[in-house]
Amino acid sequence: MIEVKDLHKNFGSLAVLQGITETISQGDKAVIIGPSGSGKSTFLRCLNLLEKPTGGEIWFEGRNIAAKGCDIDVVRQRMGMVFQHFNLFPHMTILKNITLAPVSLKLQTQAQAEEKARSLLDRIGLSDKADTYPAMLSGGQKQRIAIVRALAMNPKVMLFDEPTSSLDPEMVGEVLDLIREVAMEGMTMVIVTHEMGFAREVANRVMFMDEGRIVEQNTPALLFGSPQNERLQSFLSKVLKA
Amino acid sequence: MNAFEKFIQDLYGAVIREDRWQLYLEGLKNTVLIALTACLIGIFIGLIVSTIKYVAATKESRLWKAAAALCSAYTTVIRGTPIIVQLLILYNLSYFTEGLYASIIGFGINSGAYVSEIFRSGLNSIDIGQKEAGRSLGLGQWKTMRLIILPQAVKNTLPALFNEFIALLKETSVAGYIAVRDLTKVADGIRGRTFNSIPLYLAAFLYLILVAGMAALQKRMEKRLARSDRG
Repeated sequence: MIEVKDLHKNFGSLAVLQGITETISQGDKAVIIGPSGSGKSTFLRCLNLLEKPTGGEIWFEGRNIAAKGCDIDVVRQRMGMVFQHFNLFPHMTILKNITLAPVSLKLQTQAQAEEKARSLLDRIGLSDKADTYPAMLSGGQKQRIAIVRALAMNPKVMLFDEPTSSLDPEMVGEVLDLIREVAMEGMTMVIVTHEMGFAREVANRVMFMDEGRIVEQNTPALLFGSPQNERLQSFLSKVLKA
Repeated sequence: MNAFEKFIQDLYGAVIREDRWQLYLEGLKNTVLIALTACLIGIFIGLIVSTIKYVAATKESRLWKAAAALCSAYTTVIRGTPIIVQLLILYNLSYFTEGLYASIIGFGINSGAYVSEIFRSGLNSIDIGQKEAGRSLGLGQWKTMRLIILPQAVKNTLPALFNEFIALLKETSVAGYIAVRDLTKVADGIRGRTFNSIPLYLAAFLYLILVAGMAALQKRMEKRLARSDRG
């Protein structure tokens, strides 16, 4: 579904991604872990070109989207993204947040989009919030809205960039529950997270990144159970102890 | 004749005699016309200039860089020279023999420079995540700008914007320099006939009313836009 070939990204003289070659297959739940500064978020953000790669190719649905002349807006309509800081639009109601993109891109009529938005809100138990503004919601509610906002576009793949890192601890669960649900429905996902328990449970593959490379990857059972790479061992001993 | 009777007589001379109130109305009309039109021109120019600068900051092409440089030159020149000199230059260009048009264009161009800086600060106050969220949903650069960034930026800049337009309204009082019969010019003309300052007080009072009206409008708009805030 997504094929990454020798992906490089530099910020000035700093090489953040140093040649990543990886394939995300249909239905994959790929979780990326690693120490901060290892390039996990940059890698994820390269996948929908929020960061422009310095070199390499990214193939999605038969096209190299990193190439010049590719209409990235069309590609992004098929890739949902969820951010650490939710990034809801504060000047719009919850309903408008969800319907804005599908309606203004003429993918759905206003009525269709609203119906879909309401059923999504119903599903996450927030129908009563449709006409309120993001400022009135808790962090967990905001992130769940952000997830359904991305789902409203009917994406082929969902990218999660540390979706629970800015949440209060008691709100992490409700967000992970929703992501888990979406995963069970078969959505292809790439998730950057520090939630090791969640990774172990939901992922079918876990990748460990360090210094701009994927240095080890495996099924969660093997990666967490018998890590080979020394950096991974020391990383896991730190995060799992906590 | 006591002081009160004298005041009434002077007031009569300043307003009623020879239908002078019509002159104030004419001046008021011109002042409002200049300020309002210049304000609209200012918003229009300000939106374009600030947007170009904002977008150009993320682009590498020469065309964008050139456009941004042009916009910077505009704000530098306009903010760096006195409005009266600008008006006199415009007025002496042959196209603007009518002072009223010269002043509308002049104040509009002048205000645009200040408004563009106000909008620019507003745009920069919006979290980059807003743009990323818009773009990640597949919205193009302009749609993201128009639907997500600009509405929030304008809301944040409302107080500064009204400040600018209140200043603009009062600044139009120098339009008399290029033979525009604005409120100040008219009042000063009447003063020359009545030999007292009452026409000037009346003009000051009318300006005050206009500004108070704008302040009230600002309050209403801020209240309306605050719907999305907590509380």
